[in-house]
Amino acid sequence: MRNRTFAVIAFAVAIAVIAASRWVANDYFLSAAYTVLQFIVLATAWNILGGYTGYVNFGSAAFFAVGAYSTVFLQKALHAPLPVMIVAGTLVAGLLGLAVGYLTLRMRGVFFAIATLAMAVVLYTFVVNWDYVGGARGAYIILPREVPFGLPRYIHLLYAAMVLMAAFALVIARAIQTSVIGRGLAAIRDDEMAAECSGVPTLRLKLLSATVSGALMGMAGTTLPLYLSYIEPSAAFNLSYAVNSIAMPLIGGMTSWLGPLIGAVLLGTVQQVVQVTVSSAWNLLIVGVLLVAFVTLAPNGIIGWIDAWRRRRA
Amino acid sequence: MEFPTALILNAIVAGLLLGGFYAAVSVGISISFGMLDVVNIAHPGFIILGSYIAYIVHERLGVDPILVSIVLSPLFFALGMVIYRIYYLCFERRGQESLRGLAFFFGILFITEVTLVLVFGVDYRLVETSYTSTTLRLGPVDFPLRLVVPFAVSIAMVVGLQIFLARTFFGRAVLAVAQDQLALRLMAIDPVRVKEYAFALSIATAGVAGAFLIVIQPVQPSIGREYIGLVFAVCVLGGMGSIWGTLLGAFILGLAESFTSTFFGPSWAPAVSFGTLLLALAFKPSGLLGR
Repeated sequence: MRNRTFAVIAFAVAIAVIAASRWVANDYFLSAAYTVLQFIVLATAWNILGGYTGYVNFGSAAFFAVGAYSTVFLQKALHAPLPVMIVAGTLVAGLLGLAVGYLTLRMRGVFFAIATLAMAVVLYTFVVNWDYVGGARGAYIILPREVPFGLPRYIHLLYAAMVLMAAFALVIARAIQTSVIGRGLAAIRDDEMAAECSGVPTLRLKLLSATVSGALMGMAGTTLPLYLSYIEPSAAFNLSYAVNSIAMPLIGGMTSWLGPLIGAVLLGTVQQVVQVTVSSAWNLLIVGVLLVAFVTLAPNGIIGWIDAWRRRRA
Repeated sequence: MEFPTALILNAIVAGLLLGGFYAAVSVGISISFGMLDVVNIAHPGFIILGSYIAYIVHERLGVDPILVSIVLSPLFFALGMVIYRIYYLCFERRGQESLRGLAFFFGILFITEVTLVLVFGVDYRLVETSYTSTTLRLGPVDFPLRLVVPFAVSIAMVVGLQIFLARTFFGRAVLAVAQDQLALRLMAIDPVRVKEYAFALSIATAGVAGAFLIVIQPVQPSIGREYIGLVFAVCVLGGMGSIWGTLLGAFILGLAESFTSTFFGPSWAPAVSFGTLLLALAFKPSGLLGR
C-alpha cells in the first residue's frame, strides 16, 4: 500500500471514530480510550528511535512532560488556543529530541540509555524549581467554557485531538519505515559502523529519528494538562510513561509500525480493565511482569511470534 | 557578612559522610556494570528491598538494621545468583544483552518497586536506633551518628571488597573476566560461574547499602529511582570497574550534593548527580581512574 493511500485510510478511520464518539454518553469510556490512544502515540514515537534505530530512550516521560508543560506555559502566558498549544509542544519536544540526537554522537547503547534517564531527572528538577508553571505544587488549568465544533463536552474535543494525533503518528511511523530513511535506520540498528562505511548518512538519520520521535512524544503530552485539569511534575514525569512506551513496542514487536500499535492497544486496554476491576498499583505491576515475561520468552514480540508461526506453516 | 566558615566546614563533613554512603550504594554497580558489563539498572530496586527487609526485622525483633543486613546478605547473594542465571540464559547467551537485557532490568526495577508499594504502601518508613538521634560536636562541626555509623561500615565494606578482589584467587578471576573472557576459558575457568558469583556479590552489597539508607533517611518504594543516576554517575565518574575510582567518585558527588543543598536548597540536589553523570558521559566517559 502506498503511503498516501495509507494516510487517507488512517485519517478517514480517525474521523469516523471521532464522529462515532458523539453518541457515546459515558465519559469514562472516552477517557479510557484517550489513555489508550495516548499510549499508541507514545509507543509509536518511542519505536522510531528505539525500534527502528536501536537507541533505547529511557526518557520518554521527559518528552511527554515537556509537551505538557509547554501547554501550561502557553495557557498561563497567552491563553493560546488548543491547536497552537499542540504545535508548540511538538516543536519544543522536537528540539529536545534533536539535542538527544546529538548525544548519540558520543554515546552508544547502554550509555545513551542512561544519559536519557539522567536528562529526564535534570529536567524534572528544573520544572520542580520553576515557580511560573507551578513548581512542585503543580498548576490548575481552567478549561474553556464553550466547546468548539458543537461537541457535547470538553473530553470529546480532547478525545478527537488524540485520535487525530494517533493517526498522524502511525502515518509518520509507517512512512519512515517504508522509505529509504527506514532502511538507513535499520542499517544503523544492525551495525552502525558498517552503515557509516557503506555511505549511510548515520548522523543525519539519527538526528532525524531522534527529533521525530521526541516531537511525537511531546505531542502526546500537550493535551495532558487539559485532560487532568491539574498538573504536577511527578505526574507529568511519571516513570510509568517511560516503562509503558518501552514495554508496548517490545511486546508488540519493534521492527514495524504495527508492533507498537498492537502492544499499546493490548497493554493499554488490559491496564484500563485492571485499574477499574482491581487497582491502579496492580496495573503497573502487570506492565512490569509482562515486560519481563515478553523480553525473556518472546524477544521479538507478538509480531515476531506470528511471523515464526507463519513460517512454520508455510 | 561574616564568612560562613562553619557552614562550609559542615558542608564538607556532611559531603564526605554522604560520599561514604554513596560508595556503598555504587560499589555494586562498579562490579556488575563496570567489571561484568551487566547493566543492572535495577540495582537501586535491590537497595530499597534491603531497606525494607532491615526495617521489618528491626520492627519485629529490634535488631540493629545494619547488623540485620550483614547477617542476611547471603539471601541477597542467592537472589543475585538467580537473577544472573536468568539473565545469562535469556540474553547473554543469545547475544541480545544490550537492548533487551536493559529492558529486562528496567522491568525488574519496576516490579520490585510496585510490589513494595502493594505490600507496604507509599508511606515513608524510618528506623529509630540508639544512635540515630545522637550528634557528636567537634567545635562548630557536627558529626551526626546517623551518618557516621553507615559511613564507617560502608568504608570498611568497600575497602574490604577492594582487598578481596585484588588479593584472592576469586577476586583476580573477576578482574580477569572483566578483561578477557576467552583467556579465562583457556585457563579452564568457567567465566559464567565467575560472573554469577561476582554479580551475586554486587547484589549482596545492595542489600547492605539498603540498611544504611534507611538509617540515614526515611524510605519510600519509589525513591530508588533517584539513585539510578547516582550509582551510574559514581561508577562512570570514578572509572568503570575501579573500586578506588568508585570511592573517589562517591566523595566528589557527596561533596557536590552537600554544597548544593547548603547553598541552593535541597530541591536542586538531584540535578547535581544526574547533571554530573551527563557531563561525565559526554566529556570523560573513561572516568577519573578508568582502566
